[in-house]
Amino acid sequence: MIASARSPLVWVVHLSVILLVLLWTLPTAGLLISSLRDKDQLAVSGWWTALSTSTQSLVYRAPGAEKQVEKDGKFVISGNLLEGQSTGQVSAFGFNSREPATFQPGQTADLSDGAKLTVQADGTFEIVSDKAMEGTRGQRIFYTAAVPPRFTIDNYIEVMRAEGIGASFINSLTVAIPSTIIPILVAAFAAYALAWMKFPGRAILIAVVVGLLVVPLQMSLIPLLKLYNGVGAFLGVPAKTYVGIWLAHMGFGLPLAIYLLRNYMAGLPREIMESARVDGASDFDIFVKIILPLSFPALASFAIFQFLWTWNDLLVAMVFLGTGNDSLVLTGRLVNLLGSRGGNWEILTASAFITIIVPLIVFFSLQRYLVRGLLAGSVKGG
Amino acid sequence: MQQLLFAVTTMAAGVLACVAYFYGTNWILDRIFPSKGLTGKVASRNLRITNTIRPWLFLGPAMVSLTIYLIYPVIESVWLSFHDKSGQTFVGISNFKWMINDGEFRQSIYNNFLWLLVVPAAATFFGLIIAALTDRIWWGNIAKTLIFMPMAISFVGASVIWKFIYDFRPEGSEQIGLLNALVVAFGGSPEAWMTLPFWNNFFLMVILIWIQTGFAMVILSAALRGIPEETIEAAVIDGANGLQIFFKIMIPQIWGTIAVVWTTITILVLKVFDIVLAMTNGQWQSQVLANLMFDWMFRGGGDFGRGAAIAVVIMVLVIPIMIWNIRNAAKEMEGR
Repeated sequence: MIASARSPLVWVVHLSVILLVLLWTLPTAGLLISSLRDKDQLAVSGWWTALSTSTQSLVYRAPGAEKQVEKDGKFVISGNLLEGQSTGQVSAFGFNSREPATFQPGQTADLSDGAKLTVQADGTFEIVSDKAMEGTRGQRIFYTAAVPPRFTIDNYIEVMRAEGIGASFINSLTVAIPSTIIPILVAAFAAYALAWMKFPGRAILIAVVVGLLVVPLQMSLIPLLKLYNGVGAFLGVPAKTYVGIWLAHMGFGLPLAIYLLRNYMAGLPREIMESARVDGASDFDIFVKIILPLSFPALASFAIFQFLWTWNDLLVAMVFLGTGNDSLVLTGRLVNLLGSRGGNWEILTASAFITIIVPLIVFFSLQRYLVRGLLAGSVKGG
Repeated sequence: MQQLLFAVTTMAAGVLACVAYFYGTNWILDRIFPSKGLTGKVASRNLRITNTIRPWLFLGPAMVSLTIYLIYPVIESVWLSFHDKSGQTFVGISNFKWMINDGEFRQSIYNNFLWLLVVPAAATFFGLIIAALTDRIWWGNIAKTLIFMPMAISFVGASVIWKFIYDFRPEGSEQIGLLNALVVAFGGSPEAWMTLPFWNNFFLMVILIWIQTGFAMVILSAALRGIPEETIEAAVIDGANGLQIFFKIMIPQIWGTIAVVWTTITILVLKVFDIVLAMTNGQWQSQVLANLMFDWMFRGGGDFGRGAAIAVVIMVLVIPIMIWNIRNAAKEMEGR
């Protein structure tokens, strides 16, 4: 519009947009790449070096004395430091943690108990001793190795199994799906009433809905927690149940749902409804047979919003579902892992990616409705 | 799995119950006050009665739900804020007195103020710039999608993403956090960013800006496209350059939308909780109101009085925007 297409300014525009896009996508890209890296490599080098060979300081514990073999009157334990990795180069080694890189490959180190340790550049090692070695704990070998890049889905397998991400994934689905579907009908009927039916107090009700749009959730937490505890005690059921959180999500989602749907329905042409009414259709018929099908785009917009919001929510789940190990949703689990596994980036990155993958799929496949909903859902200004 | 089945069943039951309610009540209403097939006074009287009742049947479930989950809690929270930790004894304004003298609360207010100052401004600014730039290039939509994407990511997920960027290793060892790696590459020394009082607030804000810019961009981009071509053409004919057109012709025409974006993000900032909880949990002087409130809800068995008082403070901060929104919505409806 402003710069003509051939002006050099266009290149400035292209470049700045590329820069901005990079700024906005690199963080997520880093997470994804890291989650797929080998965990030892991830711990010692940045994800931007993922494709280059990395130099790592590693520890290997040799097999215990039961693995020794007698050979020419000497006792030998042998193996490969780099086992399980296809290629690699050992550049230095040592046998205690204070001097992990004293020896060059091919050199022989004298261990304290008279044994000798030799490590070759390709990772093969030999511990040789004149007398039989004892003890079940093997010798620790410290080494520095150049390891080629390695990508793996082991991190994902580990978090799904051991860190409870799998169970939390199910919990998140359990929370999000009904919380998304149940409010739709309730909101749609209310929206129709507010858009097309005439009754005293309609304007006030609309104002109330607009006002409730911005009420901070924090206002609801304590009273509802008390209410839930009371109801739970009265009925003799636990206070923290899925039913409770579904209803809570429905209550919190309704203002936006009603507002969005009312705006949309109010924009539908009046003639359709009038002609149906002339034909003798009641409000109920009009709503079910005409308005509801026509409102599909708005319903879809709301459903996407509500799904993203309930899936990504942490606060409501923590308060109304609790922080017990069995009831944690993905976001809650991730916060827990941040506390307990703060340094284990292979676990954090893989877990985080699992929690964001579902919203991302929803986002990329239904972006059109999301944008439409955003445009209709923000209160229009002056 | 079983649990998921339970969820789907309940969902089906819930939807069916909704259908049954709406269908059933309407059916009953039409039975008691029939108007079809009747003529004359009875029919018109019945029609009038059903037309009076039916809106409330339609609104019923939504109103009950809104009352229980939003309206009643607001009133109850205000009530609780004048009571002690168990909500039994009336303590007057002592919760608020405590608040004013509490260092942590004052820290939170101060930090929230910083957030309010920076995040809406930055997100709106970037959103506007990106909207204006991407409108002019052929791959603008792809760029927009990518910048919009963080919107779908949870605050906790985003926190992990950024915590990874801010990751700190002692000087001398290889940095795996992008920020420290850059700092080291340019000859600086690495910092544990999250533990720097005052500045850590800004590192947390970056996360929310990163998420919200997409929202601002989408809304502002639509507004920019809605500007009548003639106004821009007229400016071009008068010899205005690109920057002049942008600042003097386009921006003034979308002030309303900018205000909407700004206030929407402002509300979000007041409620920001997940990011602070996940990144620092209020340590190193990065506490904010919403996290402090959550803290007091459960601290020492839960202090409902103080928690509610902090919630009331958040609510009071939101009220001006709420009134502004209601007035705008009312104005808009009059135009219909």
